Order: sequence, then structure tokens, then C-alpha cells
Amino acid sequence: MSEASEAKVRLAAVNPNPASTRDLLRIVIVGHVDHGKSTLVGRMFHDTGSLPDGKYESIKAMCERRGVPFEWAFLMDALQAERDQGITIDTSQIWFKTDARDYTIIDAPGHKEFLKNMITGAAQSDAALLIIDAAEGVREQSRRHGYLLHLLGIRQVAVAVNKMDLINYEKDQFDLIEQEYRDYLTSIGVTPTFVIPVSARQGDNIVNQTNAMPWYKGPTIVKALDSFMPTAAPVDRPLRFPVQDVYKFDHRRIIAGRIEEGSLKVGDTLLFSPSNKSARVQSIEYWSTVPGKKPPMEASAGESIGITLDEQIFVERGELVSHAEHAPIETDVFRARIFWLGHEPMVKGKSYRIKLGTLEAPVTVQSIESIIDTSDLSNTSSHQVERNQVAEIVLRARRMLALDEFISAPKSGRFVLIDKYDIAGGGIISMEGYADQRDLITARSTNITRVVHGIDETARTFRNGHKGGVLWFTGLSGAGKSTLAVALEKKLFEKGYNVYVLDGDNVRHGLNANLSFSPEDRAENIRRVGEVAALFGRAGMIAITSFISPYRSDRDRAREAGGGNFHEIHVKADVATCEARDPKGLYKKARAGEIKDFTGISAPYEEPDNPELVIDTAEVKLDECVERLVNYVETKFKV
Amino acid sequence: MDRLDQLESQSIFIFREAFNRIENIAMLWSLGKDSNVMIWLARKAFFGHVPFPVMHVDTGKKFPEMYDFRDRYAAEWGLNFIREECPPLEMTDETLPPAARSAARKTEGLKLAIKKHGFNALFAGIRRDEEATRAKERVFSPRGQTGQWDFKDQPPEFWDQFKTDFPPGTHIRIHPLLHWTEIDIWLYTLREQIPTIALYFAKDGKRYRSLGDKDITSPVASTASTIEEIIEELRTTKISERSGRAMDHESEDAFERLRADGYL
Repeated sequence: MSEASEAKVRLAAVNPNPASTRDLLRIVIVGHVDHGKSTLVGRMFHDTGSLPDGKYESIKAMCERRGVPFEWAFLMDALQAERDQGITIDTSQIWFKTDARDYTIIDAPGHKEFLKNMITGAAQSDAALLIIDAAEGVREQSRRHGYLLHLLGIRQVAVAVNKMDLINYEKDQFDLIEQEYRDYLTSIGVTPTFVIPVSARQGDNIVNQTNAMPWYKGPTIVKALDSFMPTAAPVDRPLRFPVQDVYKFDHRRIIAGRIEEGSLKVGDTLLFSPSNKSARVQSIEYWSTVPGKKPPMEASAGESIGITLDEQIFVERGELVSHAEHAPIETDVFRARIFWLGHEPMVKGKSYRIKLGTLEAPVTVQSIESIIDTSDLSNTSSHQVERNQVAEIVLRARRMLALDEFISAPKSGRFVLIDKYDIAGGGIISMEGYADQRDLITARSTNITRVVHGIDETARTFRNGHKGGVLWFTGLSGAGKSTLAVALEKKLFEKGYNVYVLDGDNVRHGLNANLSFSPEDRAENIRRVGEVAALFGRAGMIAITSFISPYRSDRDRAREAGGGNFHEIHVKADVATCEARDPKGLYKKARAGEIKDFTGISAPYEEPDNPELVIDTAEVKLDECVERLVNYVETKFKV
Repeated sequence: MDRLDQLESQSIFIFREAFNRIENIAMLWSLGKDSNVMIWLARKAFFGHVPFPVMHVDTGKKFPEMYDFRDRYAAEWGLNFIREECPPLEMTDETLPPAARSAARKTEGLKLAIKKHGFNALFAGIRRDEEATRAKERVFSPRGQTGQWDFKDQPPEFWDQFKTDFPPGTHIRIHPLLHWTEIDIWLYTLREQIPTIALYFAKDGKRYRSLGDKDITSPVASTASTIEEIIEELRTTKISERSGRAMDHESEDAFERLRADGYL
């Protein structure tokens, strides 16, 4: 390279920290069609002197060409189709600054048709400005947008009541709109910081205070925006670091990803979930051209980093990294509130792909609990969720997922669902009624060696005259599990079987006396019973268990413990029948609110998918039920 | 983390998502300030490596300073560099205005290069603040078989969950700099000491704000001869960045048409 061309390349002077970087706040502007979003943005640009040279003239020329009055919307609506039809199709962005800071204004389409674009715009914002037409008042979209902003996690909201000039700047009408919308937002948990009466067309209270509304004492729109804060990275929270990729470009094996919450440092022991492996941070890798620059010793939320570990454990994309003391939840079932964007409705029983951080897995819609009407927050039930609807659902995965509740860790508590190739919805996670299953799969003891029995299974079967195994009764309280179990035990005993009933209440008096009825303890209760029943079975006996065992995951775990001869028997009766029987008076107490987490009333019961046998005690008489069970045992347990 | 750290971290996140999810990917290098920053960010994302080809689709009409710059840094940065030629003017849409038509050569060149190398996706250094149709772009932007952009039905993108699953035959443009502004690019260039072509600095009262082909790019009046001065100038100017790019201004929708057809 010649000296001459060297001169054509400039290297900047060393200035590692230019003091000139300013804060940036991203504001989404949302509202019903024609409530004046674009006009407000245009006015804001004009009055702050932010329009580029010639822009005003070019908008004027576009309007004249179309023979329409001057239209600020043309500032943002960049597409020909948008200008021709006068609607915003896709979200757009534009930049302006005040003395306080720089802004990205994100314009989001108000049209229902383009809700996915509105969400795309809104989800990248720090704060929102909701616009309501003073003459039209609060509309369906005004409510829907407020609801979705909250669901997306936006907590800073200002409301502009626009077109005040059309209602003669009347305070009373403004007050009515303010009250109505505040009530709605409050009911969904949003507190609007400001509600500001404005006229975008006239320029009242956008950048400049107006004389037209002497009764209004609050800030202008721009002042209100200046008071909002950019979203701070959640540094002081438990670590959440989803593994994005593992690189082996050179001698280093680097685990790459972005820290979403919390921080980590060299030497920390990290837990990888759901694989449950751990290792220590050996280094934080960093590329720099500055000679002598040392790699960092710690990193925190918001940083895209790479680390190496002190042990070569197998780790892949999708693992969620934390510290052991604040691990994420592990579960294969959870509750979610979703908004659906798919062209095809979400259907109960259908499988989709979940993307949770960097993790991807198939999930099935186990139930659609309710469809939420965002305008009045009423619930209806349905077997499917239509495009643009919000719903409460339960999702089930085939394997353990590491996640959090949205309320405690938003970044790892939210997900999208993929239908075929498309992102068809987004959702936030709640574990209400479901257990964290991490403890149930974590083996705490080490140095365990199984003892080999001197008597094999065949010998026991030969001596007893029948096989050993487990009859697992599951069903609602009052469905008849214990009655049937005891009756069956008697019949089988009389016929010469070695049989024993493990009953819920009895086990809780002894073995499980230390467990409560929380989802976690209920799961642990069933885990222990599953193991005990399996031991009985291996000892050559028939163990009949009588437990509600409401969660499918728990029963599956019991089946796994039981080995080959496990029979899930659904003792079936609907809630109404059980409640009418109410043998222990529990339904009455649950209805009175005296018992929390009562299955069928305030906690879920997950019916078995493919039980070996269903006994319907609402339809069939007790004697006949027992008869069927005896026949079943005689075929399945014979030598 | 300051604003530049945040921008950098987000770009790295995008690079890594694309590299993990999409096979057979390359980066476009136009030698300008944005694509130089883009290469820099890729080296950060992959710890000093650029694990995909870097391609210059050449009209043959760039400034000599740009070719010098390209040849020097392709070697210095250890890039897997590919140069591809654009087809002659006769192969482009004759209904386009002249400057747009000249720019359309690049679109055609791009399509031929994608076909030749079988790239499923390309990183491109466009920014939302450059121009109004780009403001509507997605980070992962699917294109049809011939590169066309369906801006009326774009995939949703939220919570940094990008659309990364596509039916076979879809071509994807990935935009790691979409969220940067012109000032951000200069601030970062300054902070990181990224080499820059001298045409951006004022000479005889003029400088280039945006570098394109020689015949359709003109300099703007300016006295900014250092990056610091450029940043100061941008803080106060009301002249738009692409005002020196002729094809943007020939008719109301000239640029939209170019972009819909696959132009960057």
C-alpha cells in the first residue's frame, strides 16, 4: 500500500468515551384509526424544529398532487399504498430530539388488521403515548392497545386526548374521557402517568403550552415524554443468561449469549437448566483491537458476551444459565396469557413450537381456559382462539423447560409460538396452580450403589401365583377412589391375592406428614407414593393407590418408577356429581374459601390422556365397578 | 452500558441469531461507513473471526479511494472476500428514472451473485433513519425468489424473537444495524477507531455524507474535516443524509419501487 493511499484512510483519534453520547428513549404512539397519531407526530416535529429541510414542502406537494388538504400523516406513511389509502399499514420510526435527550418515535398502526405490526412497534419501546379522539371518546382499539401494551411489559404510559378544538376545549368532556379511560387502565393494572388535553392540528399542548385550556395545569406532551426514563437493564436481579450458541473457531470453546438479567463474574459456579449441569466461569472472552486491553472479569444484563468454562461439559443453545441459589423453574406444564396473531386460529390439542429466549421445543395446547374480551375484560370459553384475541391457556411440553413467571423475571417469562414457519402469537407465563418440578428430578444423594436382590422377579411371581404391580387410581375428590380401592382390596384378598391399599389421607399421617397442599408439596407427595407403590410391586404385591394426583407429570413419573406393571385407572365422575356426594365436606369448605388450591374448584385436575382403564362411577353402580376391576386384575396379573 | 454499548450488544445478538439459525449466509460490504461498522461488529460477535464470506457487488463506478480501502482491509481483516460484477444497464427496468435505473444495476448484480453462490441470507448494513421505507424494515426480512420485498405483509418481531423459519427457497436479508442512526455510526467509529475512507471528510468546502457510485452521488457543503466535526455538524444539520443520492428523489415512489424489487 502506497503512502498516498494510506493518507486516504483515516484512523480516528483515540477517544474511548465521547461525552457526547446522549440518552435515547423509544416512544410508541398508539391509538384508534383517525384519532390523530400522525398529525400529533407531525406537529411535534414541526414545533420542535426537527423537520429536515424541504420535508414540509415535499409533503405539501404530495398533498396537492392528490388534491387533499395538507396531511401530516405523509411524514411517517412512507409507502405509496399508505398515502393513497390514508392508513398506516406498517410500523415506522422517526427521530427527534429535545434539550433533554434523543427520541425514537415509533408509529404503530391503529387498524385492527395490522395488530401484528402494532405489536412489533410497541414491543421495542420504553414508553407509550396513547391517543384518544376527544370527539369520539374511548374506542375498542383504545382499550385493546392499552391492554396489549401492559401485556408486552410497557409500564410508562401517557394519554393524549386529541382534537380538543373540535369540542371547544370543554373541560367537562375531557374529564369524562379521562375518567373512563383511567378506570379501564386501572382495572388492568396500568397507571397512566399523564392524561393531557391537546389539539395536534392547532398545536395546543404538544410542544407549547396553550391559552385555549387555562383549566389544564399539567405538562405538554414533550415535557411529559422528557419525564419518562429509558428502560434500565435489570442488573440487580438473579442471573438469567440464555445460551445462544457455542463457538469453536479456534482453541477456545466459547459459550455465547446475552445476559438478560443479573450478572456473572469469572470464578462463579453456573447452573445450566434444564440439563441441571454446572461448571465454573474460567474467562469472559472479548475481542478488541486496543493493544493491552484486558478482558473483563464480570458482565451484566444487556451485554452480549462469551464465556469459557473450567470443565468441558456438553452445553447447547437453549440452556438457561443461572446461579444455583436462584435457579429458574423447571416444568413441562404452565399457564399462559397469550395474544394470537396467526392467520389460523389456535386450537385446543394442537401442537406448536415455543421459542422461549433461545430455547425451542414443541408444546401442545392442553386447554383453553378462557378468551378475554379486552374491551370489558369479560371471559368466555371456547375451543379455539381467533386472530387478534387474548386468551388464558395451559401449555404442555414433552420435556422439561427452564423458565420463569413473567411477574418475577419478564425476559425468561415470555415466549412466542410458531405455527409452521410463522410467529403466530406471544405470551407471558404464570405457574398458578402448577408445581416447580425441579426438586422432583434433582438427585441430591451421591455415592449410591444399588444392591442386587438375591431373589428375582419370576421367583416371587411363582411363589405368589400372580404378578406384582401398581393399580394407580386417579380422579377428583369424591369420585369414589377410596371406596373402590377398599372394596377391590377385599375381593382380591379373598381370591388369594397379596394386595394392599395406599390411601392419600393415611400416607399423609405418616410418610408425608411434613407436606402441605401447595403445588410443589402435592407433587412431592405423589412422587413418594409412586416410589413406595413401585417397591410394593417389585416385592410381588398388588399396590392399589388412591390419590387425586391431579397433575399428569406426577402420574407419568409414578409410571416410570413403577416399571412395567403399572396401570393408570381413571375413576371418573364430573365435578357436579362429586360435589353432590362430598363425603368429607371438602367441597363445601372449598366453596366457602376455607381450603385453598382445591382440585376441581380452585386448582387444576388434568384428566389422563390414555389411562389403561376408565371407571365411570357417575354412570355405573359400585358393585359393577368392582366387578370390572376384578376382571381387569385377573387378566393383567395372571402368571 | 451507554447508548453505544447497547447498540453494539443488540447488533451482536442479531449476528449470533442469524449465524445460528440460517445456513449459508454472507455479508454485503459497500465499503462505506455503515458496512465498515458492520464488519467490526461481526468481529466482536465472533471473537475476532468473520465466519462467513464478505461480498462486494461492484458496479465498477466507485471512487478509487474506495477500491484502495477495500483491497487493503479485505487482507488486513482476514476476510473471506468475494467480488461480484453488476450486469450492464440494458438488463434493467427501462421504465425507471435514469439514476434509479443506474442503481437498479446493483439489484440485478445482487440477484445474480446470490444465485451463483446459493446464499440463503445476506447481512446488509441499512439503518432505519436513512430513509422512510427502510424505517419500516424488519431485522430478519424475508424476500421472494427474485429478491422482492412484500412490505405490506411483514412478519411480527417482538421481544427480540425474530422470524428465523422459512419455507425452502426464501431469501432473507438480515439487518444488524437497523436500530443505529447516522450519528451513532460516527460516534462508534470514533470510539472504536474504525478506519474510514477520506471522502467523508471536507475538502474545498464539500464532503460526502453517503458514498455510492461516482456518477450518481454528490458531496454536500461542509467544513467538517474530523469525525468530531462531523458529529457536531450532524447535530445541527437539517439536510437529510441521502440528499446527495439522486435516485431517491426522482419521483414520489422511485425509491420504494427500487426497494420492493430488492434494492438495499
